[in-house]
Amino acid sequence: MSPDTKKTFQLDGKEIPFREGQTVFDAAMAAGVYIPHLCHNPDFEPHSSCRLCTVIVNGRPFASCTQPAVAGQDVRSDTPELNEMRRALTDMLLVEGNHYCPACEKSGNCRLQATAYALGLQDSHFPQFFPRRDVDASHPDIILDRDRCILCGLCLRISRSVDKKSVFAMTGRGITTTIVVDSPSGLLADSKVSREDEAVRHCPVGALMMKGEAYMVPIGQRRYDVSPISEDSVREFHAREEAHNG
Amino acid sequence: MWREEAPPAMDAVRGILESHERDPGELLQILIKVQHSYHYVPDAAVELIADHLRVTRAHVRGLVGFYSFLSSTYRGEYAVYISDNITDRMQGSTGLATYLCNRLNVKLGETRQDGRVSVRFTSCTGMCDQGPAALINERALTRLTRQRMDRIAELINSRTPMEEWPAELFVVEDNFRRSDVMFRRAFEPGAALKAAMLRGGDETLKSLQFEEAVDPSSGHAWRRGADETLKELYRSDLRGRGGAGFKAAIKWETCRDISAPERYVICNADEGEPGTFKDRVLLTSYADMVFEGMTICGYVVGSTRGILYIRQEYWYLKSHLEAVLARRREADLLGRNVLGTGFAFDIDIHWGAGAYIAGMESALIESVEGRRAKPRKRWPLPVVAGLNRRPTVVNNVETFAAAATIALKGGAWFAGHGTGHSAGTKLFCVSGDCERAGIYEYPFGVSVREVLRDCGGLDAQAVQISGPSGVTITRAEFDRILAFEDLSTAGTCMVFGPQRDMFDVVRNFTQFFRHECCGLCTPCRVGTSLLEMLVEKVAAGKGSPVDVEQVQSICQLMKTTAHCGLGQTAPNHVIDSLVKFRGDWDKRMKTTDFVPAFDLDAALQEARQLTGRDDAMAHL
Repeated sequence: MSPDTKKTFQLDGKEIPFREGQTVFDAAMAAGVYIPHLCHNPDFEPHSSCRLCTVIVNGRPFASCTQPAVAGQDVRSDTPELNEMRRALTDMLLVEGNHYCPACEKSGNCRLQATAYALGLQDSHFPQFFPRRDVDASHPDIILDRDRCILCGLCLRISRSVDKKSVFAMTGRGITTTIVVDSPSGLLADSKVSREDEAVRHCPVGALMMKGEAYMVPIGQRRYDVSPISEDSVREFHAREEAHNG
Repeated sequence: MWREEAPPAMDAVRGILESHERDPGELLQILIKVQHSYHYVPDAAVELIADHLRVTRAHVRGLVGFYSFLSSTYRGEYAVYISDNITDRMQGSTGLATYLCNRLNVKLGETRQDGRVSVRFTSCTGMCDQGPAALINERALTRLTRQRMDRIAELINSRTPMEEWPAELFVVEDNFRRSDVMFRRAFEPGAALKAAMLRGGDETLKSLQFEEAVDPSSGHAWRRGADETLKELYRSDLRGRGGAGFKAAIKWETCRDISAPERYVICNADEGEPGTFKDRVLLTSYADMVFEGMTICGYVVGSTRGILYIRQEYWYLKSHLEAVLARRREADLLGRNVLGTGFAFDIDIHWGAGAYIAGMESALIESVEGRRAKPRKRWPLPVVAGLNRRPTVVNNVETFAAAATIALKGGAWFAGHGTGHSAGTKLFCVSGDCERAGIYEYPFGVSVREVLRDCGGLDAQAVQISGPSGVTITRAEFDRILAFEDLSTAGTCMVFGPQRDMFDVVRNFTQFFRHECCGLCTPCRVGTSLLEMLVEKVAAGKGSPVDVEQVQSICQLMKTTAHCGLGQTAPNHVIDSLVKFRGDWDKRMKTTDFVPAFDLDAALQEARQLTGRDDAMAHL
């Protein structure tokens, strides 16, 4: 029996090794190939909702974050067509919310902004939605600014599975989908959330932010100011793998 | 606008909770009952329910905000929902809605100040052959006219209890216009199940009474019947009737062969695709056949629990369906010891609450589990890990009816009808511009022209096959056939006469998808809204070729990247319309230059309100 590590698939013509049970996304990132993504954080269960990580597997589109790697399959990711679609998806996330990058504290640390840069999204091509969304600043330590929420669901998943609090849920549907907070008033202040929660630390955008931590790092020296998200993500992925392995 | 003066008494909520287990899976069923008795889900009820089921309030609110027939605000003693399918519109529903609102002095979408009534639109209620249709307090209204609206307004204004309303308002016809080999004869309850259990037995066995035959002393191992019935299902080549056309036998066998402590059989009666109403007719007149198909499935795959998941639009069928189930239990066709064989199987009814997406297999399972009907990740498939993460067969109502027929008559008999890739007969729901709307049973392979001839719709300019998510075909294509190898369909034919403006169809369908999108994935959530905005921009005479290009690229994006079938098929009608009815778009486009959708003067409205100004200088 040959060891699992010998198995490979083709990604944009490159041989990618994978372990049994690994997703296309994980195998690609482990091999140093960046696949754009927003709702997925490799530390947590994938969600496959943002669809940026869509790749073409044997001619059919799949979200790579949930697609199991299979030996010999032909995967396309870095193609002009897919990158154009990723630009459009990122554009959609920008117009459906209210994103004001120049005035946002998350600027430079924001995965949405960094991904837009990485994909070369220079300006918006869709009409702006200008939705009315509630900002919840009731909590002493945490702000929930729904204007910037991209509905990735990370805070829900982490609060449920890691913090064991299930502070967040989604309500509404379609374009009116919105985050709700579990408390009698629906406000963060009387919920179980606390600044120690993992759930409030992994927001890819500026929807969940800590009070009292703003502008500690000057604009221009922030995470994605220093290196593009394409490199940062792969580096972070490797660091995680190393930590796991040993 | 009506406002809650004081929180209502919670006695009814407590009563409802007592009748349900402390199982989070009961949440949606509880919320439906609360909505029916309070006409909304009060905050106080949210607290009690969350406490009872040990789920978070946010989770409860998540469902209330998701399902159309649940609401956190009061919908009035009489909640009227006008069906908003294109066929209803073609029959004048828009004008009738306005007329009713005027008669009731209520604003569309709002609850009247005295809390008596609200009127709003809802997605197709499945009465397209007898529209314009509506729902009022869980009952179905059909064939609406101004006279009927007058009557309804009087009954509401006089606060007449629903039980005293005249029955003629609620008459729902089957309109079964053509039957073929499956539905020509009445179905005898139990016959198919007995045939399944004895399948594979020799001549001597067949000569015995059923009780003797299944007695261990007869030598017939009754599990053999299950295996032999599965073989018949393979022979029949039955493909799923819900639209996707997956082979039923493969699904059943996969479910059977996975080792699990429990497995489930779910009948999908969500029937949300606008223009579709065959499941309604089957559950009205062939419920035994459907339940028997489910029971046979349970027998074949080794399941003890079946669930009928049915859309709330068909709530009026509740007592009928419960009576059929009770009768079947009485006749030992369901229960702990089915037909004395020791096989245990029973069927529960789970109600939907207004969500087209719940027709999607994995979303339906989420809904049965008491959650928002959100499609699951692609893998594992529900047949492997479905309800409670156990192997689950989900089939359409008509698929189970066909399975019962196959159990009775054999796979070869079934495969002898239809075409090479589409065995058997199929029910078609015909509505729109034709003389005889209703249900037609044809062998697969029938041409669209033949259907149009039979229903009296031959002068049509177009037919929408399989609902908004399907295909639009033009007169030149009427010789195409309805079968998986050509026009693959769940059985819906909406007919559009020569007088129709096909752009109105696009408007209706884009609104439908925007309303029904679950919101999970980016391309569908934003794409359905963008498509509606751009289509409405064209409708307003502000469209230009640039907008059409953008529409096309959004369609492509949705088809390629959307998470589930809803998002992948939602642009189909737009793509078809742009190819086949481009003229209806072009005539609305007054310019070749780009015109912004943004209306600067309208955007100043808020500023005018805040400053209390409305003079000429406050306008552009």
